[in-house]
Amino acid sequence: MIPELGEYALIISLCLSVLLGTIPLVGASTGNGLWCGYARPLSVALFSFVLFSFLCLGWSFLQNDFSVAYVANNSNSALPWYYRLSAVWGGHEGSLLLWLLILAGWTVAVALKSRNLPDDILARVLAVMGLIATGFILFVLFTSSPFERLLPRIPEDGADLNPLLQDFGLIVHPPMLYMGYVGFSVAFAFAIAALLSGQLDAAWARWSRPWTSVAWAFLTLGIALGSWWAYYELGWGGWWFWDPVENASLMPWLIGTALVHSLAVTEKRGVFKSWTVLLAIFAFSLSLLGTFLVRSGVLTSVHAFASDPDRGFFILALLAVTIGGSLLLYAFKASEVKSESSFGLFSRESFLLINNVLLTVICAMVLLGTLYPLLIDALNLGKLSVGPPYFNALFIPLSLLLALSLGVGTLMRWKQTEGGSLAAQIWLPGLFATVLAGICIVMLPSLPGFYTSIALLMAWWIVFTGCRDLLNRVRHKSNPLAAALSQPRAYYGMMLAHGGVAVLIVGAALVSTYSEQSDLRMEPGDRKSFADYEFVFDGIQHVEGPNFTSDKGVIRVLYKGEPYTELHPEKRLYTARGNVMTEAAIDPGLFRDLYVALGEPLGGDAWAVRVQYKPFVRWLWLGGLLMTAGGILAAMDLRYRRQAQRELARSESMG
Amino acid sequence: MNPKRRQRLFIVLFIVAGVGIAVGLTLFALNQNINLFYSPTQIAAGEAPMDTRIRAGGMVVEGSVNRSTESLDVSFDITDYEKTVRVEYTGILPDLFREGQGIVAQGALDGDGVLQAVEVLAKHDENYMPPEVAEALEKAGKMPKPAGQEFNK
Repeated sequence: MIPELGEYALIISLCLSVLLGTIPLVGASTGNGLWCGYARPLSVALFSFVLFSFLCLGWSFLQNDFSVAYVANNSNSALPWYYRLSAVWGGHEGSLLLWLLILAGWTVAVALKSRNLPDDILARVLAVMGLIATGFILFVLFTSSPFERLLPRIPEDGADLNPLLQDFGLIVHPPMLYMGYVGFSVAFAFAIAALLSGQLDAAWARWSRPWTSVAWAFLTLGIALGSWWAYYELGWGGWWFWDPVENASLMPWLIGTALVHSLAVTEKRGVFKSWTVLLAIFAFSLSLLGTFLVRSGVLTSVHAFASDPDRGFFILALLAVTIGGSLLLYAFKASEVKSESSFGLFSRESFLLINNVLLTVICAMVLLGTLYPLLIDALNLGKLSVGPPYFNALFIPLSLLLALSLGVGTLMRWKQTEGGSLAAQIWLPGLFATVLAGICIVMLPSLPGFYTSIALLMAWWIVFTGCRDLLNRVRHKSNPLAAALSQPRAYYGMMLAHGGVAVLIVGAALVSTYSEQSDLRMEPGDRKSFADYEFVFDGIQHVEGPNFTSDKGVIRVLYKGEPYTELHPEKRLYTARGNVMTEAAIDPGLFRDLYVALGEPLGGDAWAVRVQYKPFVRWLWLGGLLMTAGGILAAMDLRYRRQAQRELARSESMG
Repeated sequence: MNPKRRQRLFIVLFIVAGVGIAVGLTLFALNQNINLFYSPTQIAAGEAPMDTRIRAGGMVVEGSVNRSTESLDVSFDITDYEKTVRVEYTGILPDLFREGQGIVAQGALDGDGVLQAVEVLAKHDENYMPPEVAEALEKAGKMPKPAGQEFNK
């Protein structure tokens, strides 16, 4: 009964999304205010029904309703309740429903939070969101309904959730990532609405900016969580593999980052408008492409659930319609866009342009490396894979270049900066950065390579140019400290995010250079030393879990000869599917992780053991968190609210 | 051509040149780093290059896995039920590595036709078969039945 209600709710949502996608659009283009006015209530209704449908699925999971095929395939009565709940998005069908719920959530958020938007713009934005929702609800209903029943042969118990996904990381990673992916649909909808209405001005950028920042922040968080999850659950201590699925999330992030910066220029200076629109279109298109790559089964990874070709075809069609349609619209309308001002060669605009070009180039090379094997395979020219060296060879120098221009751009003024004053600004941060990077390099256990040294230099460069910029803003004030504390939130958001980049660079550089790793055959009593740490293998204990049995290793760690801690890596056998899973044991620290994982038993009491020493690995995710916080903080800037109040007052006085 | 247009032209040319160089370097890097996939039949026929990094995949032959008692060295055979290739590897095998399971190994062929693997990949789901392996088995007409229908469904 409950699953059927869920399915009906989804069908009703389809009708609502069709209405939402048409009525306000027609209303906006014919100037019919009544029809425009339908946008908001329809959005609320759409969200309510999708939410109801989602809750129905969640209820089926909690109740262990194994007559529902999706529940039977992804859950088990022995599964703890929180994993049963997160199993809702543990497979293809449910994760699409989550996608849909988040899309509806963003739609309703725009509807409720944008009371200040002109009615026709809001109507168009919500209508575009409705059209996207229509596409995805059709996709869910026709190719991947999570509510299909297994009747009359109801399985006695479920097949269990893939043990890799029975983890806190999975509870939070997909929702965060989807918040980001789908969040770009808002930026996309604003861009399309602006193209349709022809009102592509600074106001448009100002409306679109906070939404884009929030979506970007969520995507950042989602990627960081994914990397963290892979590190402790899947990757044997790796944190980025250039796996196509990771690339699928990185590409919208790169373009999204470019978009966040380009929007800033469009809002402040009224230039780059058509470029910003193009970025908004591409950010969302790449999110869709990511969904296609991951969900269609053309890629092979933990994310590529069992799939059938219809689904891939459907998403591809959706992708073609979205990209083709929006680019066509862009082609017709973008030529009408005029820049409102000009800028000189040495200006903040120029450096944000360089930032955009670099990010786009990085994205293009990731795209090439990701799609190339698929293309070759589709043309029947053979099967191949593109290795990490390709990505590293291009990504590292380009991102360091990006860090360099980040620092310069921070110190640039809008419109025009004199070469002389720029040099006067730059030399001191440059000197500080060089000295401190030099000190760091000397303090490191061994001399780092070229890229690691440059990375350290760039991290300090970002920090000191940021400090310099803050100093410029406050030093002529009567009370510099108070001035520093009263900077707008958007400014702090920027500083925080840029600081996050610096932290991330340090983490990536040091963990790549100074990690130590050994695969060992260990018998009880065997030892292995890394840096000041010594690992002693004390054998294996047998442990029973709720839905698994486990061999738990006992590894004592000594620090400089003194007992320090004990690590318990596990080898689990999940009984429902007979899956074997490695649970690594980690002793986390701000400056280093100790990482131990069990391989397989080698006969007698001997086990294969992987022991790792990972300096600064936490900084990777710390950097991601700082960027996330920066994005959120920037979106909460008071000026958006003040702007909203002003526009509200104006519209009321006019009305 | 007015100065503004000329400036714009220069910017466009600059971007085109930059993109051109980037694409050139990218394609170069790409060509250096692709790993081609070969089936055991292709390797036995001598189609695969020696001492170049390749990917090879097939089913792990039952009873062929041989672990050294002293170290982490392991060797096993992979097959497409037409030909088999020996794989040697040092290290920890993935959790889903099992006899009778489809796997992909990355490494280089040595003079004896043995694949010296640096990485062994088995995927994350017991019903999963690497598509390269599935295709190789299809080609050899040796897709296990009816178990084959259970894979990738």
